[in-house]
Amino acid sequence: MHRNITRKIRKISYSKAIREGIDQVMQESSNLVVIGEGVPDPKSIFLTTEGLREKYGKKRVFDMPLAENGMTGICIGAAIDGTRVLMIHQRIDFALLAMDQIINNAAKWHYMFDGQMTVPIVIRVIIGRGWGQGPQHSQGLQALFAHIPGLKVIMPATAKDAKGMMITALRDNNPVIFIEHRWLHHIEDDVPEEVYGSDIDKAQVIRRGSDVTIVASSLMVMESLKVAKVLSEIDIDMEVVDLRSVRPIDINTIMQSVVKTKKIIVVDAAWKAGGIAGEIVAQVVDNGFDLLERAPLRISLPEHPVPTSHYMADYYYQDAKEIAEQVMEFFGYQGNKESIFDLLNTGYHRDVPTKNFHGPF
Amino acid sequence: MIKNVVSMTTQYPCNNSLVSDGSALTDIFRRLLRIRRIEEAIAVRYLEWNMRCPMHLSIGQEAIPVGISMHLTDKDHVFSSHRSHGHYLAKGGDLKGMVAELYGKETGCCGGRGGSMHLVDLKVGFIGSTPIVGGTVPLAVGNAWSASLKNIDRVSVIYFGDGCFEEGVLHESMNFASLYKLPVIFVCENNGYSVYTQLKERQPNRKISGIAKSHGLSVHKGDGNDVLGIASIADKAINSARNGEGPQFLEFQTYRWLEHCGQNDDDDLEYRPRRELLTWKNKCPIERLKTHIVEQCLVTEQQIDLIEHDIKTEISNAFEFASNSPEPSPAQMRNHIYAS
Repeated sequence: MHRNITRKIRKISYSKAIREGIDQVMQESSNLVVIGEGVPDPKSIFLTTEGLREKYGKKRVFDMPLAENGMTGICIGAAIDGTRVLMIHQRIDFALLAMDQIINNAAKWHYMFDGQMTVPIVIRVIIGRGWGQGPQHSQGLQALFAHIPGLKVIMPATAKDAKGMMITALRDNNPVIFIEHRWLHHIEDDVPEEVYGSDIDKAQVIRRGSDVTIVASSLMVMESLKVAKVLSEIDIDMEVVDLRSVRPIDINTIMQSVVKTKKIIVVDAAWKAGGIAGEIVAQVVDNGFDLLERAPLRISLPEHPVPTSHYMADYYYQDAKEIAEQVMEFFGYQGNKESIFDLLNTGYHRDVPTKNFHGPF
Repeated sequence: MIKNVVSMTTQYPCNNSLVSDGSALTDIFRRLLRIRRIEEAIAVRYLEWNMRCPMHLSIGQEAIPVGISMHLTDKDHVFSSHRSHGHYLAKGGDLKGMVAELYGKETGCCGGRGGSMHLVDLKVGFIGSTPIVGGTVPLAVGNAWSASLKNIDRVSVIYFGDGCFEEGVLHESMNFASLYKLPVIFVCENNGYSVYTQLKERQPNRKISGIAKSHGLSVHKGDGNDVLGIASIADKAINSARNGEGPQFLEFQTYRWLEHCGQNDDDDLEYRPRRELLTWKNKCPIERLKTHIVEQCLVTEQQIDLIEHDIKTEISNAFEFASNSPEPSPAQMRNHIYAS
């Protein structure tokens, strides 16, 4: 074997990166099991669990009954006993059935029994979107989980982080909610082949800039990067902070940026009321009220569910175009906005992530 | 306190192998009486305001965990819910740690984070109790699943009431336990009430055990106030689970003497039919065994006095320990939010 092989970096997709992270931890830790509705089926959770059953067998890779709450409790019970568990819900909305177990047991077992036991479980939940996913297959519920002490709640945006944060989460001794966006699955990134863990409690500046701090998470990081690139042509220099974790919120990294830019915009693909964007703004104001040159801005979703029909849903989301529009307004830009929008226009349908996407979910 | 009101209809059948084993029966009697006396002491002292947490006493229901725990070892794991003192004590849970927990002291089994509704003693395999009805049921199944994945020889026991049978999570748990033939013992303590509400107002007229059977579990039913009958059923069921025959469902009829939560007799509220409580007090599991062992000359009054004395001393020491234990500092409440 050539020594350089282990240091190889390739471009692979977010979903392949997740799969590789799971695979590598399964190799190093024989007491890790993977379970979820559809895990070993032909679609293998958007290819993120492809081939794992063939490789690790039926005693480590499980499908499961449609019993989200009971199965979450069963996984917690196994985790308390030292069997590390990765549980997967194809939609974050399904995990709502399991909130009793997640909040009452997983988040509190270590605390309420005075640290005598731990709950090493990772629960992957996928935010769907587009192709008519509708009101119950697409919710951005990160704030709901982030509200709960005892949980760690992470939202990797890049394929590199998807792998590294998955590895760290699977090695962690606490319940970790791993929130991923369906529309990130196809996006490629430079991902090292070796086994590596990435921080799951730190934000990261993903694009340097000087005029404004944009804090975004998950898919909104990608949309914000597109905006930053285009707005640099009209001399708006955005610094983009990839939030990465919503519990804990890494306020230090955010403040380091705000100290420099003196302005904060938060992009959160969720509802505003009681949300992460409001929490970040509150923490920034708590820590640096005098620093701010302008009122903070939150870019969030309208305060209602998303309808299924794309004729309506296309106008629900705040993507690059909407973000750019609000950032330009934030700066009082008087130039030709349409030419900016043209640069951001993908020229394709708004209800699919890529031209290669053909449904059905 | 126990009254001598045992009726003639509660004699033991002579085919039970334990009925003439004096030392074994005396030991069972001691275990039953110990739980009863501890609960009575808690009831008396609850008004002192040192135990400031909801208190669900199990007086009248002691026989079930005693009969079951006889066939468990420290390696077997037990989970329970809000009314868990008897389950914890029968499994061998440390009394001082429990009373200190009720007092909210640093030496409590949860360091004061749990109180009466959250007990733990890992040394003896009592993994935990919590008060969300049904909340620990899947945990016990997961515990059995984990043992099965790791090839550990162990059974997991989960205690719950008739009210829990209405929780969806119980059925989800039975389904999975049955699917993988897991070594888990579901113990339904059917006392006929969920707080003030009778079973017939909550469930249709069909058998609880029938549903469990439909889930594919092996079903055993018995008198929850007959400790020897319970022991006999538990012996069979636990052995079956150990031998890989899959999950077992035990349903025992029993009765809670005191109010749902608190130290009082609440019969004056009249949510239970007249004389129902008295009927069940006449079936007291402890008096029943005591009458048997006394009548059969398997124990002397002197021995019983000695048992009473020892229990009284142990209880007194436990309360003294709890009372004298240090209070946790407010700063301690920030510990253990996350594991390292």
